[in-house]
Amino acid sequence: MELQAVLMAAGGGSRMTDLTYSTPKPMLPVGNKPLMWYPLNLLERVGFEEVIVITTKEVQKMMSTDQKMKLEVKMKLDVECIQEDGDMGTADALRHIQHKIKTDILVVSCDLITDVALHEVVDLFRAHNATLAMLMSKAHEFTETVPGQKGKKKTAEQRDFVGVDQSGKRLLFMANEADLEDGLSIRKSIMRKHPRMHIKTGLVDAHLYCLKKAVVDFLTENKSISSIRGELVPYLVRKQFSKTTNSHKIKDNTDDQNQKMNDGSTNHELLISSCNEPLLQLAQKRSCWNDHRGDMSEAYHGGKLRCYVHIMDQGLCYRVNTLAAYIEANRLAPKLFEDPAVHPSAVISERCQMGSDSIIGAQCQVADKTSIKRSTIGNSTTVKEKVKVTNSIIMHGVTIEEGCNIQGSVICSNAVIGRGADLKYCLVGNGQRIEPEAERTNEVIVGTDQLMEI
Amino acid sequence: MADSGVTVTDGPGKKGDIERVKAEGKELTKEEKQRLRKEKKQQKKNKEKKDDKASQKSEKEKKPVSSAAPASQPLTQNTAQKAPSAVPAPAPVPVPASEAPAPADKPAKSKAELKAERRARQEAERASKQNKKGDVGQQATAGKPKAPPSELQPVVKRLPEHIQVDNPDVLKKLAKKLERQQIPLRSDYGYKVSLFSHLHQYSRKAPLTQQLSIPSSVIHPAIVRLGLQYSQGIVAGSNARSVALLHAFKQVIRDYTTPPNEELSRDLVNKLKPYISFLNQCRPLSASMGNAIKYIKKEISNISSQCKEEEAKSHLLDCIERYINEKIILAAEAIARSSIEKISDGDVILVYGCSSLVNHILCEAFKKGRKFRVIVVDSRPRLEGREALRRLVQKGISCTYVLISAVSYILPEVSKVFLGAHALLANGYVMSRVGTSQIALVAKAFNVPVLVCCETYKFCERVQTDSFVSNELDDPDDLIVTRKGKTQLEHWQEVPSLGLLNLVYDVTPPDFVDLVITELGMIPCTSVPVVLRVKNVDQ
Repeated sequence: MELQAVLMAAGGGSRMTDLTYSTPKPMLPVGNKPLMWYPLNLLERVGFEEVIVITTKEVQKMMSTDQKMKLEVKMKLDVECIQEDGDMGTADALRHIQHKIKTDILVVSCDLITDVALHEVVDLFRAHNATLAMLMSKAHEFTETVPGQKGKKKTAEQRDFVGVDQSGKRLLFMANEADLEDGLSIRKSIMRKHPRMHIKTGLVDAHLYCLKKAVVDFLTENKSISSIRGELVPYLVRKQFSKTTNSHKIKDNTDDQNQKMNDGSTNHELLISSCNEPLLQLAQKRSCWNDHRGDMSEAYHGGKLRCYVHIMDQGLCYRVNTLAAYIEANRLAPKLFEDPAVHPSAVISERCQMGSDSIIGAQCQVADKTSIKRSTIGNSTTVKEKVKVTNSIIMHGVTIEEGCNIQGSVICSNAVIGRGADLKYCLVGNGQRIEPEAERTNEVIVGTDQLMEI
Repeated sequence: MADSGVTVTDGPGKKGDIERVKAEGKELTKEEKQRLRKEKKQQKKNKEKKDDKASQKSEKEKKPVSSAAPASQPLTQNTAQKAPSAVPAPAPVPVPASEAPAPADKPAKSKAELKAERRARQEAERASKQNKKGDVGQQATAGKPKAPPSELQPVVKRLPEHIQVDNPDVLKKLAKKLERQQIPLRSDYGYKVSLFSHLHQYSRKAPLTQQLSIPSSVIHPAIVRLGLQYSQGIVAGSNARSVALLHAFKQVIRDYTTPPNEELSRDLVNKLKPYISFLNQCRPLSASMGNAIKYIKKEISNISSQCKEEEAKSHLLDCIERYINEKIILAAEAIARSSIEKISDGDVILVYGCSSLVNHILCEAFKKGRKFRVIVVDSRPRLEGREALRRLVQKGISCTYVLISAVSYILPEVSKVFLGAHALLANGYVMSRVGTSQIALVAKAFNVPVLVCCETYKFCERVQTDSFVSNELDDPDDLIVTRKGKTQLEHWQEVPSLGLLNLVYDVTPPDFVDLVITELGMIPCTSVPVVLRVKNVDQ
């Protein structure tokens, strides 16, 4: 077996609490499919037959009742439940399932929607015998207006600085703005080995990682690392150039391992680099290939730990972790697939004007004289007469009474919009009732108990 | 006399003549008698429903000049038909250009001839029954009653498929074979120069893994990794490729378990076949890899069925280790030891490209204290000489670096030329990186001795006298280079009369090579077939 897929679906969606208050993030509908269906579909299309899903009990229950998940996901899903209190980071979750992991792993986050050719990332992992291979994409500006957003620009997100070598594939440097107090400092050892480095900031990390099995073993030893993206990846990137990994004195792995048990760091790097068999080394020595030129060192500078990144410049890659991303994804995700825009079981009346880029879910009922443009309507939703829905996302089980006008809004499940209401750029929370003839603009309408959440 | 209902191919005219003549009561001329006989024959024939080929065969039998007819082999029926009818002279009556069952004109019949016809007809009928099974059988039977000339026809030698890319039938066969083995077919890329249109040309940007499922289940992951490394050039050089191949095979053998009703010796070989096809698709196999694969397959088939699986596997792993040790590592030591005798102090040695063996020899000689300097010749697009330069300079050897266009300028300084080889062919030709034959030629013109260093496991039984017949075409986009921000060849595909050619190998004739240094000793180029023969006897 070459690779095992692990789907991280226990995240809380901390940046879109209004949406995730009642529906956990993995089950949020995007284009009328649950969010976690997209990475699962990606894995299935590429050829995986089994996925280990790490999630909470609530999501597991919802998964088993959801139609889409049951019918369309043909892979075997091995669900591991963890506690929902949110203390467990992604690396902790990997440690939790350590006994199930037998080979190298491919970790995917549940909020990734992409059409990347996955073999590009995995080929880097295979060809260079890399310890880590990840996917990044050029960030797109979100153009849609986000409901409930007051003021023009949101607080500047902490930027990520990513340094790659000249070929654009080898990852040399990764740091977040938050960790850099007084400027970006680059070690001399990196500059000596890679004198030309490109530093990019406008990249989105897709949270898709190929990791060697040795890294998982390392995580079990090193219990201090709790997040893959926040701690493990920068650690591995830094470790590529540390002095101990490059020392050639470590020849006999099996004997020395017992002696060096006390020193945690050397033990780890023995784990990660101990897979270089003598024949592979002989082949590399005899091969007339080098990944760089201009200095006297051999291929990879003799380093045994290598991190690679594939940067996508074309194609779709979204991480749905903010409200703006959620709206954007709803707009674009359906274009990935050729599902019919209108579900066959929906009942649409004759005199309804439906734009071609709208999606109607199953068992919907849309009455006369309605106009639906550029919107997504969820399952079992009822839309009465003379309603105008533009640029909005309506989730499941919503009832919209006659004469409403909904523009640029997000209406969560089981909400009821009263007669003649006029909503512009609003976010209506789960199960809310909007009174008739209400006029709201740019508001977040949630229940009082939700307001109590910090 | 002539019954109606007989298809007389002469046309109604002649029939009318005969009847007229008969009616007139005149004596029939010889011609007319012959025509009558012919009609009778036709009646008899049409009663027996032969198909085309049967009547053809019997027709050929009757012809006494049938030996002049060309072979009954792969020719189509039309040509076979025309051939006997094309023999004009003896038959006084011109043979009509006939339709299918039409018999040609015959000279006077004798009883023996009639017997022969009957026999031939019987054979033809038997053949026609076999015909339903296939054409080959019939042609074979047609060949048997036919005179000896057909047996002396030589069997057509089968060309390997990798040099028949412009033949659509061969491509179809390859596609079918790959489909059976569940391996994706890699499609050719770009316009191929017409002289080399019989070879594959792939693009590095379209790797084979695009069409494979990601946790590869059909092909062992070690083999997928190896194929990727081959196609991207990470493992290059014939020694490195062989070692990497054997390493991957070791992993395959380690992970192998015999299925319930199978024997390891047969099943493992069958398991390796799709892997070898896959590696061949990623990059055509080198001669050294071919020999290594032959060795492994032989070892596997020699495992007795009494052997337990664990024993068998450890035996195979041992064999592989031993092969690498003997044929590659120790051979390199032996060659280095012999070559040091050839390197004297004050020598100026010219090397070309990056040959792992030549680099090893030079480093060893330097370690032993010989004083010499090296001139490294390099060529585009691979520029492997830079890697050779790095390795030699790292050891402390003083080097000069030139491109191949300057070789005639620096050759007056050179005292010896050391070349590596990709393979040594059975007629003494040396197959090596493209440019080697140039270097050897110029060296010969300057009377500089040329020494080729090659391990015996790279000796191969192929015979080749030119670089066109069998070669490898690399990605043509490698030739595109960007200088000062301009990429001239960027849109080369849009220019219809432009083709980019990136050859990998060329062959050097033995006249230009003065000595071949192998681990068996220093032999002249023409002794390669002797070595091969001795090797075969040993095995």
